Amino acid sequence: MFLVDYFKDVYGAMKSLLVGMNRTGYYFTHHKEIITEEYPDNRDTLVLPERFRGEVVMTHDENNEHACTGCSACELACPNGSIKIINKFDISPEGKKKKAIDTFVYHLELCTMCGLCVEACPTAAINMANTFEHSVFNRGLLTKRLNKPDSKLKAGVE
Amino acid sequence: MVEEIGKTAEGDLIINVGPQHPATHGVLHLVITLNGETIKKVEPHLGYIHRSIEKMCESLTYRQFIYSTSRMDYLSAHINNHACALTVEKGLGVEIPARAQVIRVLMDELTRIASHELWWGAMAMDLGAFTPFFHAFRERESINDIMEETCGARLTMNYMVPGGVMVDLHPNFQNRVKSFLKLYKQKIHEYDELVTGNIIFQNRMKGVGILSKEAAISYGVTGPAARGSGVSCDIRKLYPYEIYNTLDFEEVLETAGDSYARYLVRLREMNESIKIIEQLIDNIPEGDFQAKTKAVLKLPKGEFYQRVETARGELGVYIVSEGGTTPYRIKFRSPGFSNLSCLDHITRGGKIGDLIASMGTLDLVIPDIDR
Repeated sequence: MFLVDYFKDVYGAMKSLLVGMNRTGYYFTHHKEIITEEYPDNRDTLVLPERFRGEVVMTHDENNEHACTGCSACELACPNGSIKIINKFDISPEGKKKKAIDTFVYHLELCTMCGLCVEACPTAAINMANTFEHSVFNRGLLTKRLNKPDSKLKAGVE
Repeated sequence: MVEEIGKTAEGDLIINVGPQHPATHGVLHLVITLNGETIKKVEPHLGYIHRSIEKMCESLTYRQFIYSTSRMDYLSAHINNHACALTVEKGLGVEIPARAQVIRVLMDELTRIASHELWWGAMAMDLGAFTPFFHAFRERESINDIMEETCGARLTMNYMVPGGVMVDLHPNFQNRVKSFLKLYKQKIHEYDELVTGNIIFQNRMKGVGILSKEAAISYGVTGPAARGSGVSCDIRKLYPYEIYNTLDFEEVLETAGDSYARYLVRLREMNESIKIIEQLIDNIPEGDFQAKTKAVLKLPKGEFYQRVETARGELGVYIVSEGGTTPYRIKFRSPGFSNLSCLDHITRGGKIGDLIASMGTLDLVIPDIDR
């Protein structure tokens, strides 16, 4: 009886190894089922989903106008302090003082891409772009100014 | 007393595994006392990846602190965020829309499958089989793609917010999940063919790292590791949250308590998660994805506790509020820490070759232990 069990064990062991090898051999001969992507060679064809959170950007239209009123809601919502808003006061033609944004400072090196600033923005001025290659040689380049030079607030946005 | 470097007074050898060791899946440092090949003692040294998340959370508001919990157990980030969101909602007394509840449960179960798949690949890699790792990643990638499309990130999603979920589901979501279910059912038999039935694998797992039912309870082990010892501890069944009490699924239990039992529990748990997703994917109710909450959240004075079942076990979130906008104290009861505490018990008296196999079946995530 001992011998029968012994040979049964050997048979079972050999069978289990062959079943596994069969699976490996299947993929060895079926190249079409291989799904790896060869990044960065496929950079031109790589499509990321539009919701992918890569970095914060401010949308500007063709007249170089944005929708940021400088309310600092994003600065308050940010858990890491990666946003700093510097405001200035514009003098309107009627001689009234009006608060406007001077510089929207964005520290990419502190950002964790949580998306809370975009959630908090009441005028949808900022959103998340799906760029993801952020490596630079100089750390200073990671501190960005999001509002373009000479850009203005869109008319009708309060 | 240590008389000679690397030796105890009895002449036993002391060796270090880690903190930089590929089989510890992170910066876990084990100090092992060896008598020949037999393990006499295993002493984990922690703190290499401590980021003081609990203390950091005290200076963040109730909306902000949730993102940092994705960095604890990064393989079940959704479930961590879910636990925090549930605790804050408990304090606020907000009613969550039905659609948000279903979305949350769907995401939790997808995360659980992704986590168990990564564990399966890494477990086989610990034992020297490299191919299963790639097989596991094939299915896991399709889950990550679903997450990326709907939540906007692959691992640290920050999708659950107090009151519901951050954005509505992507229009493609249902089709993507259905094609994932199809792929999973085509490929799941490979897992058994490649690893489960393999004689070398079975000989290394069966009867190794035995954790008795009593020991599992006394060490506070939860999750699949405890269910492999026959301890019924599934929070989804025992203390149902969200819509888990209306769903049809089984709590997977094995009684052997060895490494192989823990392995089988996780494999079968993936099938239970598939069952839950199949029940929900065609029945997502219409409606709001987020309840209306105030812009600045303030919890009333008091203490709030909520526990959920992550892929690794029971996660408890305890918030003490003084009535302000930030928590006074936050404590996370992480499953990894309690599961690690039984490592000495299950490996003592065994061979050093079995240490990695036993540790692999506990499914440790080191940032979850240190926080």
